[in-house]
Amino acid sequence: MVSSTLEIKDLHVDIEGEKILKGVNLTVKGGEFHAVMGPNGTGKSTLASAIMGHPKYEVTQGEVLLDGENVLEMEIDERAKAGLFLAMQYPSEVSGVTTSDFLRSSINAHREEGDEISLMKFIKEMDDAMDYLEMDKNMSQRYLNEGFSGGEKKRNEILQLMMLKPQIAILDEIDSGLDIDALKIVSKGINKLRNDSFGCLIITHYQRLLDYITPDKVHVMMQGRIVKTGGPELAKRLEAEGYDWVKEELGIEDEIAEQKA
Amino acid sequence: MENHNENLLIQRNQSVAFQSLAANLKDKGVIFADIQTALKEHSDLVQRYYMKDAVQIDEHKLTALHTALMNGGVFVYVPKNVQIEEPLQAIFWQEDPETATFNHVIVVAEANSSLTYVENYISNNKSEHAVANIVTEVIAHDNATINFGCVDNFAAGTTVYVNRRGVAYRDARIEWNLGQMNDGNTVSENITHLIGDNSSSYAKTVSVGRGNQSQNYTAKIVHFGKQSEGFILQHGVMRESATTIFNGIGKIEQGATKSNAEQESRVLMLSKDARGDANPILLIDEDDVVAGHAASVGRVDPIQLYYLMSRGISQKEAERLIIHGFLAPVVREIPIKAVRDQLSEVIEGKVY
Repeated sequence: MVSSTLEIKDLHVDIEGEKILKGVNLTVKGGEFHAVMGPNGTGKSTLASAIMGHPKYEVTQGEVLLDGENVLEMEIDERAKAGLFLAMQYPSEVSGVTTSDFLRSSINAHREEGDEISLMKFIKEMDDAMDYLEMDKNMSQRYLNEGFSGGEKKRNEILQLMMLKPQIAILDEIDSGLDIDALKIVSKGINKLRNDSFGCLIITHYQRLLDYITPDKVHVMMQGRIVKTGGPELAKRLEAEGYDWVKEELGIEDEIAEQKA
Repeated sequence: MENHNENLLIQRNQSVAFQSLAANLKDKGVIFADIQTALKEHSDLVQRYYMKDAVQIDEHKLTALHTALMNGGVFVYVPKNVQIEEPLQAIFWQEDPETATFNHVIVVAEANSSLTYVENYISNNKSEHAVANIVTEVIAHDNATINFGCVDNFAAGTTVYVNRRGVAYRDARIEWNLGQMNDGNTVSENITHLIGDNSSSYAKTVSVGRGNQSQNYTAKIVHFGKQSEGFILQHGVMRESATTIFNGIGKIEQGATKSNAEQESRVLMLSKDARGDANPILLIDEDDVVAGHAASVGRVDPIQLYYLMSRGISQKEAERLIIHGFLAPVVREIPIKAVRDQLSEVIEGKVY
């Protein structure tokens, strides 16, 4: 399979008039796993949401290219069809729409009209993925995310990831609110996708996720920019020593991104 | 339309195009006839019920006009102790936009009987103007159960007044399953009088408004009998520039002790020009009762759309999923499979 490249160039993003991202540069190639770490409020989730096209985020400068195509000019569904996926921190609840119907619509959206996935094949793929993630099969007949526990929502995001098989996935704090067993299962699902063409951008502020999913590169985000990049050892050091040494090294006093525009 | 129903009456404009009733039901004394034939062959019965217990001729201009110009409809009569499993279905097709539909439907269930009646109204006049003025009287005698279903599907050119009135005597139950899917301007009243002690009604409505239509729906249950139970459930989706008002009225008369009046109305608006209002009204003249209401009116959540679209689903398809999901809690409650299926089909047609 041909692998894709996601290039984020000088990305500036505002939310409700506040400047959050102030020039993010990052490239994720197929086959690579990147982790973006940083304290709360430094702009990590904003990066994820802005790339996918969340209606509240306004890109004021810069570009995001997927294989040279400007993602920011695409509708949200076109971004997904181009090969992007975002596992969300707070997935929406949709009443009256079963998880299974939603998944099937999603898969068919990626296929040509007249080439929809057969019901049998769909059920088999869904059952296999649910088994792999140790999910309760009844969940597929429940309304999308409605009444799901935090852990169930995260697994449901990974279920979608496994079934949609995107070129590039962004995982926004997929580890938050998970106990250690659930974390291992979710990591297992993500690692299953690892191959030469699949690229992944993992956003987290805990190093513990990276014990299970080894990143190729680790980036530290502060004040709405990537301020430091290293290998997996950087994550270990952050876990052991916190972020203060990074701030000291770079002369940063307040790492928070938000600033009046 | 695929139909294997043996108990079927099709009226095209004002004439009967097809009519059949299962032999075993005929033997039991069940009547399922067009209103003209019923007037000739069962004049006593029709006279007993026509504009007597439910709707009054002089209620207002539209009922008076209806009585003056009545030109079609059906008469359904189920004798004592007869239980009918298979639905009776009437299809009213206003083919000629020059003709007006002044249909009168009477459904009578004698003591301890039960039936399911389903009706469909169809027209195709998108631009030519036509009118429909429909009165339906549904009478459930002691301990009878009537399951009433409809899918109204008049085209944009037809202006509709539809009055569906129920009367429930002791221990009787009337369940309404109304798919109000007209494309034209519509005034709809659905009122049930719970006369007898321990009588009950469950009135469900789903509606999808689109284009420039304006509609007014009133669902009302009036409690006279003790321990009577009424529940109104209405969900409506408004698209484009459609405007609809949903009135839900629970009225408990003095003496109707231990009665329960509940209602829930939900309206979802899909565009900035669409408008929906939900007016929950409780009128209580008795102390020893239970009553409650819930109402909400809102627009589609943009974050919900974003979530669905982030999986590759187009905005149109995402809205389709949200609409079906919004109406599902009512559609799912409809016990008549034929109505559920027809409704899903009509909703599908209105969403795209």
